[in-house]
Amino acid sequence: MELFVFVCSSIMVLVGALGVIFRKHPVHAALSLVLTLFGVAVQFVSQSAEFLAAVQVIVYAGAIVILFLFVIMLLGVDRAEDLQIEPLTGQRWIAGVVGLGMVGLLTAAVVSGSDALRLRGAGIADPVTGENADANIQQLANSIFSDYVFAFEITSVLLVVAVVGTVLLARRRTGKGMA
Amino acid sequence: MISLLAIDPVLKGDLLWTPLLIVVLKVLVVFVTGLVATMLMVWFERKVVAGMGNRIGPNKAGPFGLLQTLADGIKLFFKEDLVPDRADPFVFKIAPFLAFVPAFLSFSIIPLGGDFRGDNGGLVTWFGHTTRVQLADPSIGVLFTLAISAIAVYGIMLAGWSSGSKYPLLGSVRASAQMVSYEAALGLSLAAVILVSKTMSTSGIVTAQSSLGNWNVVATGVVPFIIFFIAATAELNRPPFDLVEAEQELVGGFNTEYSSIRFSLFYLAEFMNTVTMSALMVTLFFGGPQPIAFGSTVIDIPLIPNALEGTLWLFLKTLVFLYTYVWLRATLPRFRYDQLMDFGWKILIPSSLGWFMLLAAQRLGRNEGWNIVVVTGASVLVLIVCYALLQRSFTVSSKQREAEGSMF
Repeated sequence: MELFVFVCSSIMVLVGALGVIFRKHPVHAALSLVLTLFGVAVQFVSQSAEFLAAVQVIVYAGAIVILFLFVIMLLGVDRAEDLQIEPLTGQRWIAGVVGLGMVGLLTAAVVSGSDALRLRGAGIADPVTGENADANIQQLANSIFSDYVFAFEITSVLLVVAVVGTVLLARRRTGKGMA
Repeated sequence: MISLLAIDPVLKGDLLWTPLLIVVLKVLVVFVTGLVATMLMVWFERKVVAGMGNRIGPNKAGPFGLLQTLADGIKLFFKEDLVPDRADPFVFKIAPFLAFVPAFLSFSIIPLGGDFRGDNGGLVTWFGHTTRVQLADPSIGVLFTLAISAIAVYGIMLAGWSSGSKYPLLGSVRASAQMVSYEAALGLSLAAVILVSKTMSTSGIVTAQSSLGNWNVVATGVVPFIIFFIAATAELNRPPFDLVEAEQELVGGFNTEYSSIRFSLFYLAEFMNTVTMSALMVTLFFGGPQPIAFGSTVIDIPLIPNALEGTLWLFLKTLVFLYTYVWLRATLPRFRYDQLMDFGWKILIPSSLGWFMLLAAQRLGRNEGWNIVVVTGASVLVLIVCYALLQRSFTVSSKQREAEGSMF
């Protein structure tokens, strides 16, 4: 049964991912991305990581892709794009190299970490007895807010910097009165 | 697979026919309850608004006009299903379902009854199997609702975009901006509830609210509830936050181009969401199916078994909120768009964040055994400083924008 869920969600992920690349319409591509994110969320649930699944849907599907769509709609680029034009020279070539590199990295990570992946840690909720229902969330909270608190805080600082930078860049065009 | 099904205690152990039937029955009951509740809500709203406007309201179909919604539904069903020429056909057709399905999904985690008194924890026994009177009780509980309401945005947004027409597009852009902004305030006030009740599962949250003093509306200090209520109203696109379908400005808003059954799906989804949000508010802040209790004195409704009494309490409490929503619609004028955004970002989000920090400091102080007066004093001082800084930044930025000659 777990295999069945895995196959179904993998098909969702793959169809979505291919759709992102091959759909000519930006809005359709963004919707395919949502399909991929949902497939990943289903896989999180089947690995008893419900919290991650919820966060995946809330943050990625609920906020980020909505923003993508928002921009697509507001800028009116919702027409099929001409794929022959390359905005940055050498873009496709570099993208190919980076993509292959990512595949290599992920494969290496999975192969080298396969022993660790096979172990089900003590913090995972017992699906049969229903004990430890909140353990998953508590473990995440513990590692984010105690062990890795500085990395976490620095990430949030990074986001703030990005926001401030965006505002600054967007406002500079109006010129004059800027301090 | 087991991990997927274990969200309900009835499914522990071997997969048998009786538990499976119970689950199927629950799905059916939740679905039918949802549909009937929506139908009655439409009638209720029209009747109450009519009463407030000194009219009679629907009174022809069925007793007291109760079947008016059904009649409207049948009429809409037989109308022609138009797809505009410039529409994106696939997205146009799928959008109503993206609005409709989430409305039902979020209903599935609300405890619809059961006996929460003593150590029962809402468990009931049906046909020799222990279960909860709710379709699913995942450990992430209320986060599920947030995830689902994030999906509901898609329905409205894509409906407006795929219509291939200006007014629906404007309506849907407004809708998505509004829903995404108010979701932040919604989530922050939800965090206060989770902080106080120490669990995310809805049944756990209800179990913790055993008497009137334990109700989260009291335990979190009213402010999160008020913020949640306002943000939920905005999330539902109900008046006074119904800029999405402002007839004077946008014809009909995101659903202008829709007709027939697809239009009625949007309509149903809107009312279904209202019912779900009201029930969710009762669950989070007002004890859900728990009876009203002062300390250990419980107001018991005689003659009705305790498990059914929970359903009755939930119904009564939810009705209060439904009436409030109708009342708001009949009373308040619509916000202007910049007012709406200012209200969400400059008032609701900072205040819910500040209140959450206050509650967290209190909890930490209690855990560590610090002097409660000092903790409160220090945190209030910090909040005042933050508030002053925030106000200062608002004044500075509005002055700068005035100097640049922009309107808002």
